[in-house]
Amino acid sequence: MSEILERPVVTTAAASPLITMRDVHVRFVTRDRTVHAVNGVDLDLAAGEVLCILGESGSGKSVTMRALMKLLPRTAKVSGRIEVAGRDVTAMSEGELQDFRGSDVAMIFQEPMTALDPVFTIGRQIAETVQRHEGLSRAAAMARALELLELVQIPSARRRLEAYPHELSGGLRQRAMIAVALACKPKLLLADEPTTALDATVQIQVLLLLRKLQEQLGMGVVFVTHDLGVAGEIADRVAVMYAGRVVEEGPVGALMTGPLHPYPRGLLGATVHGGMRGQRLTTIPGAPPSLETVPVGCPFAPRCTEAEEVCTVGEIAPRRPVPGRMARCVHVPAE
Amino acid sequence: MLRRSESGLAGRWHADCVTRRMSAPLPFPEDRGGPAQPLLRLNGLKKHFPIRGGMFGATVATVRAVDGVSFAVRKGETLGIVGESGCGKSTTARLLMRLMDPDAGEMVFDGEGVGQDSQTGGIALKDYRRQVQMVFQDSYASLNPRLPIEDSIAFAPKVHGVSGPEARQRARELLAAVGLSPAQFARRYPHELSGGQRQRVNIARALALQPRLVLLDEPVSALDKSVEAQVLNLLMDLKEKFGLTYVFISHDLNVVQYISDRVLVMYLGQVAEQGPVDAIYDRPAHPYTQALLASRPSMDPTKRRTEPPLTGDPPNPINPPSGCRFRTRCPYAEAVCAERAPVAADLGAGHEAACHMALPGSGHSKAGRLAA
Repeated sequence: MSEILERPVVTTAAASPLITMRDVHVRFVTRDRTVHAVNGVDLDLAAGEVLCILGESGSGKSVTMRALMKLLPRTAKVSGRIEVAGRDVTAMSEGELQDFRGSDVAMIFQEPMTALDPVFTIGRQIAETVQRHEGLSRAAAMARALELLELVQIPSARRRLEAYPHELSGGLRQRAMIAVALACKPKLLLADEPTTALDATVQIQVLLLLRKLQEQLGMGVVFVTHDLGVAGEIADRVAVMYAGRVVEEGPVGALMTGPLHPYPRGLLGATVHGGMRGQRLTTIPGAPPSLETVPVGCPFAPRCTEAEEVCTVGEIAPRRPVPGRMARCVHVPAE
Repeated sequence: MLRRSESGLAGRWHADCVTRRMSAPLPFPEDRGGPAQPLLRLNGLKKHFPIRGGMFGATVATVRAVDGVSFAVRKGETLGIVGESGCGKSTTARLLMRLMDPDAGEMVFDGEGVGQDSQTGGIALKDYRRQVQMVFQDSYASLNPRLPIEDSIAFAPKVHGVSGPEARQRARELLAAVGLSPAQFARRYPHELSGGQRQRVNIARALALQPRLVLLDEPVSALDKSVEAQVLNLLMDLKEKFGLTYVFISHDLNVVQYISDRVLVMYLGQVAEQGPVDAIYDRPAHPYTQALLASRPSMDPTKRRTEPPLTGDPPNPINPPSGCRFRTRCPYAEAVCAERAPVAADLGAGHEAACHMALPGSGHSKAGRLAA
């Protein structure tokens, strides 16, 4: 277990950011219709940083993340610049992608039961990744698998190596999937709602484990969630997405206590928490726009109580009132 | 997922409905026992599912999904039921609705035994179900995809003898009451609606028979946060407007705190703790309730926790631990916890906890310290 932690994973790459996304657009084109899922996303991630992409269903958060690993189906038309660890992801060939996925970047999903292969044991699935990327022998790979199961705090790890996914509980399966993802010490971990399907007492265990592993291994993490509480628990920075755009971005504490954009403000107001009993909940009227056409102006304008004429014409440029914070809203002072 | 724009805010009633009483094609079920009598009382309800295996399909194990659950739902209140997966909250809901029959225990609805015949002071299932309706988590699976939503809502009243035009008229009024304009939505099919709109239709359908008790099984869990708030506001409005009683089942502790008057905490098929919402959230007595509340992620990054309140997953309900079922994960477990199952200790004002620590003289070293 110690061996995997001692190897320096981050080679002081402060100069080169882990992720650079510039003006990324993703359209899904089928014969019947075109869906503009992501419309001009800029994102940066430094090594060892945890970024939460927060948004409701259909906001484009998962599509943005999948674009980082080029995991989108053929119908997806991706444009813009996507660089991960200094390499251009959009230009990679299928062979290069196979080396890249699993070693530089790994991903964990919401449903471990569908992400793990039901006919292979947990140990076999971890070892397979190690053998493929590092060329270790089967015995050495199995030894690494054991280390990894201990790393993700699976009790009686030696016995669990021989277990099939259906033999584990939900929380253990999620830990096993994390072990598979960490098998080759990726520089970047992509997590797509990994705790959403878990029970409350198990969710907090997995969140704390992920945070601990991230600190130990120095990974960068992009964490997609719709849950503000989860973001508050794990993120360094938060990017709020709406209708395929990042409408606000900033450090987690500042964003949670004083959001600049009306959408995250509404979202925070609509989220039920203790002490709201008897009060009427503030709601955001209406629903997100259809993405069959690219929204003109601010995509939130039709639901926004502060919308003005200027909100519906032209692109709203990002405004940065203080360093490290960004919001796409005309009411935010441009600095 | 893409969705059409949702029409109207939660709580914005169709003008018609606010100004005049809705037509009532069915006689309104009358109150029998007065306000002090619980609307629904459950005594020692049990439901075990056999697991069959082997060559001749013998029973090899039993899932004790609901194992001796007793509680009462008072008239006009919202009772919240919380717990993790496998704790039996959905089985309890299905038993309440009599979608399955309990193996043991009795159910009394406003003084009448459910499922008994009327000569012995009971209420027939058809009459019971008219007064108890349910809203499910999956808004799409619980609507007939081949019926326009208006017909789905009018279906049950027709079964109960209301004429077609009258039932449809009532369906349109209900659509307006849940914030969907009838002119725009009545003839739509479920797939033409967003998740929030479909859940409104499910709520309208549940109200079509003028029930007294509505069972809400995770009604907002599949919805986005901004839509969730709209539906919660709607549920609060409807409760007042139609004088309803709710049983609200959810795994979301914040939502349950918001909507409930009293809360029931379940663990592995049994009631761990129940009481008024403030008592449960401010002074939880059962170690499981304490851990569950402490597991809520904090929205404040300066208050991050470092250690999880509990380790491990909930055990399998097939072979629950002996004695207290929570003892395998409980930080205070002692020998007595493995020997005897705790009975519910009364902590005053309807607050009960099934824990040896809450029970004076139970043999636990911390026994009785929690009692008032």
